[in-house]
Amino acid sequence: MGKVLVGNYIRKLRFDLNEMTQQQLADKVGVTRQTIVALEKGNYSPSLELAFRIARTFNLPLEEVFFYGENSEKPSGK
Amino acid sequence: MTYQEKKSIVSLISTLLIFTVYLLYRYPQYPNEVLDSKVTFHYWGSFILVLTLVSIAAHIVISIVFNIIFRMTTGEKEPAFADELDKRIDLLAFRNSFAMFVSGFLLAMGSLVIDQPLKVMFIVLIAAGFLSDVTGSISRLYYYRRGV
Repeated sequence: MGKVLVGNYIRKLRFDLNEMTQQQLADKVGVTRQTIVALEKGNYSPSLELAFRIARTFNLPLEEVFFYGENSEKPSGK
Repeated sequence: MTYQEKKSIVSLISTLLIFTVYLLYRYPQYPNEVLDSKVTFHYWGSFILVLTLVSIAAHIVISIVFNIIFRMTTGEKEPAFADELDKRIDLLAFRNSFAMFVSGFLLAMGSLVIDQPLKVMFIVLIAAGFLSDVTGSISRLYYYRRGV
């Protein structure tokens, strides 16, 4: 199984958004906190619908929240 | 360790405990001396039926007790719903569990083909049910820890 190829900047974006907690983000996008933990650890590639909901929470386009492969660039933010 | 990981471990331990205790209680009651197949079928039928019912009831009770202990120790509430990650892991765990049971079922049928006693067929069938349950719990734990 191993690490998934879809990475994300959720942890940084949460911090930038008034230090939003994992539980608050989970409640906003309709998943459990454990799923946010798995996403941040890179253990889970979200469905397209969940990815859009997360991006919408941060008011950012999808590609500024998620990346494919080894991308290590920081998100530009708003 | 997350709620789901702890729950998988509790489920695994309770499966092992329930099966072992039940086996130790029921297996000595096997009608060794009786040649009548009707009595033997009755024994195996009740063995599987009671095991299934006891297992379901025990799992429900253990799950409730686990949730109470989880709330008391962590101060957190257990997740109230299954989201897309939970459903995906459930599906993968069910696939593994089902594959294990089907393998055992085929093995049990194979034992009849090679003229093994009926007892062997039932033992293989029950072992397959037990192992499929264990496989499901281990798969859940594995996928929650390693990711999907």
